[in-house]
Amino acid sequence: MADQSTSGVPIELRKVTKVFPGSGEPAVRELDLNIPAGEIVVLVGPSGCGKTTTMRMINRLIEPTSGDIVIDGRSSHDIDPDRLRRNIGYVIQQAGLFPHMTVAANIAQVPKMLGWDRARIAERVDELLTLVGLDPGQYRDTFPRRLSGGQQQRVGVARALAADPPVLLMDEPFGALDPISRERLQDELLGLQDDLAKTIVFVTHDIDEALKIGDHIAIMKAPGHIVQYASPAEILTNPADDYVEQFLGAGSSMRLLRLTKVGDIEVDQVPYASEDADAAEVLAEIERHGLDYALLTDGMRRPLRWVGAEHLQGLTGPVGSAGDPITGTLHHRMTLQDALEALLNADNDVVPVVGRRRAYAGALSLSTVQNAIQAIKIRERERRLHRGETGAGR
Amino acid sequence: MTVSTAVPDETTNPEPRLGRSWHIVLPLLCYLAVGAAMIIYTQSVPLDGIERGSLNLPYIFGRTWEHIQLVFYSTVLVLVVALPLGILLTRGTLRRATPFVLTLVNVGQATPAVGLVVLLAVLFQIGFWTSVAALFAYSLLPTLRNTMVGLQQVDWRLIDAGRGIGMSAARVLFKVELPMAAPVILSGIRTTLVLSVGTASIAAFIGAGGLGDLITTGVSTQRNLVLVTGCVLIAVLALMIDWVGGLAQRVLAPKGLS
Ligand SMILES: Nc1ncnc2c1ncn2[C@@H]1O[C@H](COP(=O)(O)OP(=O)(O)O)[C@@H](O)[C@H]1O
Ligand SMILES: [Mg+2]
Repeated sequence: MADQSTSGVPIELRKVTKVFPGSGEPAVRELDLNIPAGEIVVLVGPSGCGKTTTMRMINRLIEPTSGDIVIDGRSSHDIDPDRLRRNIGYVIQQAGLFPHMTVAANIAQVPKMLGWDRARIAERVDELLTLVGLDPGQYRDTFPRRLSGGQQQRVGVARALAADPPVLLMDEPFGALDPISRERLQDELLGLQDDLAKTIVFVTHDIDEALKIGDHIAIMKAPGHIVQYASPAEILTNPADDYVEQFLGAGSSMRLLRLTKVGDIEVDQVPYASEDADAAEVLAEIERHGLDYALLTDGMRRPLRWVGAEHLQGLTGPVGSAGDPITGTLHHRMTLQDALEALLNADNDVVPVVGRRRAYAGALSLSTVQNAIQAIKIRERERRLHRGETGAGR
Repeated sequence: MTVSTAVPDETTNPEPRLGRSWHIVLPLLCYLAVGAAMIIYTQSVPLDGIERGSLNLPYIFGRTWEHIQLVFYSTVLVLVVALPLGILLTRGTLRRATPFVLTLVNVGQATPAVGLVVLLAVLFQIGFWTSVAALFAYSLLPTLRNTMVGLQQVDWRLIDAGRGIGMSAARVLFKVELPMAAPVILSGIRTTLVLSVGTASIAAFIGAGGLGDLITTGVSTQRNLVLVTGCVLIAVLALMIDWVGGLAQRVLAPKGLS
């Protein structure tokens, strides 16, 4: 396993099969899966389809009946299971914290096994508690039973990260939490992952959770095989078959809004100029666009004010302080759903879109978003028609 | 477990404090007082020759000490056998042997204690160690059964989590399973102790001494005072050992479980 610790390593499952003794049907059947380094790959599917079994074969809590699992170029079969597992973080539902150990002792387990000295462990424990958003002074010496479900799960994540393993396995880690805690922990996990870039295999039966946190999603079907392995957007816009479509259920368009970023669609372009631009020139620009307003920006192209054609008529020299201040901006990394929400609440019909360093990147109106949704719907309808013609054999 | 919203700065309850220490020793003081009162009474009433032979201080303390030794050695033997056996019987394939072993141990427990002692005395010889062996056979079950039950009822997800983070099977046993099973195991040991204090009275039948000597003497010479003294001292000893067991349970049980 890689020595350079903070970033993930690739994992490859090759024709992995698991037949439990005494059961006729395999729990996992000739499963191939390529998990790129530093990505979150979600295994999703209904209960009993083999997600947990697949995941537990990666750290050899379950031994595959046949096939091979290669972690960072090495067959996991050649690594001592206990040593293998100390290099793979493991998080399960309801955290699986040891109730008779303090929070600190729970987190310290793997570093202890790796023979770290006390001072280093204590330092690492505090660092990890801070990382998962728990105050070390307050929580270090408490017992798990005194923590809420969400806090326990944070400690669970901290324990898994203790020795900075390149790989993290998470089996329905947020499954037992209430929706608010779950959302928050999902967001925090994504935030952590931005910095840590671990290879994370995440099991869930909740498709929305999968779409939210997965870089890639493997949709599984009983008995233990993958029906589609693709990015969330690809799965939404192009489900492989009826099973996937059914699993996605209703509301795919809404999900697509949640998944599509403002930057992903074609935004409007409006004339923009800095405050010291000549008023007559700006007016000419406005007319060329066939509009009756322009955006004024500061020296770093950050939107400041809307200025209407009527403000500029008869004005000579620089535009100066004419126009009305903008009331809000949309960021190009916002989801379309959030943009829609903001547009519905905005004072103006058109809201500027900003990109990096809050610089002007375009503008968005309700009708533009509507057109984008329309395009998505049309694409979806075409796809369905297409499948109607070719899908007879499926 | 109910799960509530994860408010980061949610207050945590303080650890419950152990009760005031003198509350804990109060029962012990009562038991000691009863025992002392009994002994003082025997020293202050006129005694005949036979009674004097059994109710003088060196004799009483000698028998008490023998009684404690019988209990001590048999319990040590129980621990040495029952703990490893209980652990083995909850591992992997040996699990299948569990019903047979429990049946065997049950036989030891179900045989009338007197019968067991006499049987062993016939088979081996009269004396201290034969009594210890009988006591062992008679009081093995609670510790063995509780060790097995305690280990069996450890949440499998904790064992899974332990293995999942890279603990060896042995490490999971010592760091997770045994601590989690400790309350149940300790209560089994406590039962074993109390059981053997009572049963040790029978050792007197095969000349192994103990406070049972007072009872047999009291019965055979029809001296009720001797008989009652023996009974009271055995009861007091049982209560005191139970108290020590209870204290051990409180001190040794892992924290954070309640
Ligand atoms: N230890 C086991 N012994 C026998 N069958 C098992 C075992 N674990 C899982 N299975 C079976 O394998 C199948 C897949 O289980 P699992 O991987 O737990 O599904 P999922 O995590 O997707 O709900 C199920 O049919 C389940 O009954
Ligand atoms: Mg599962």
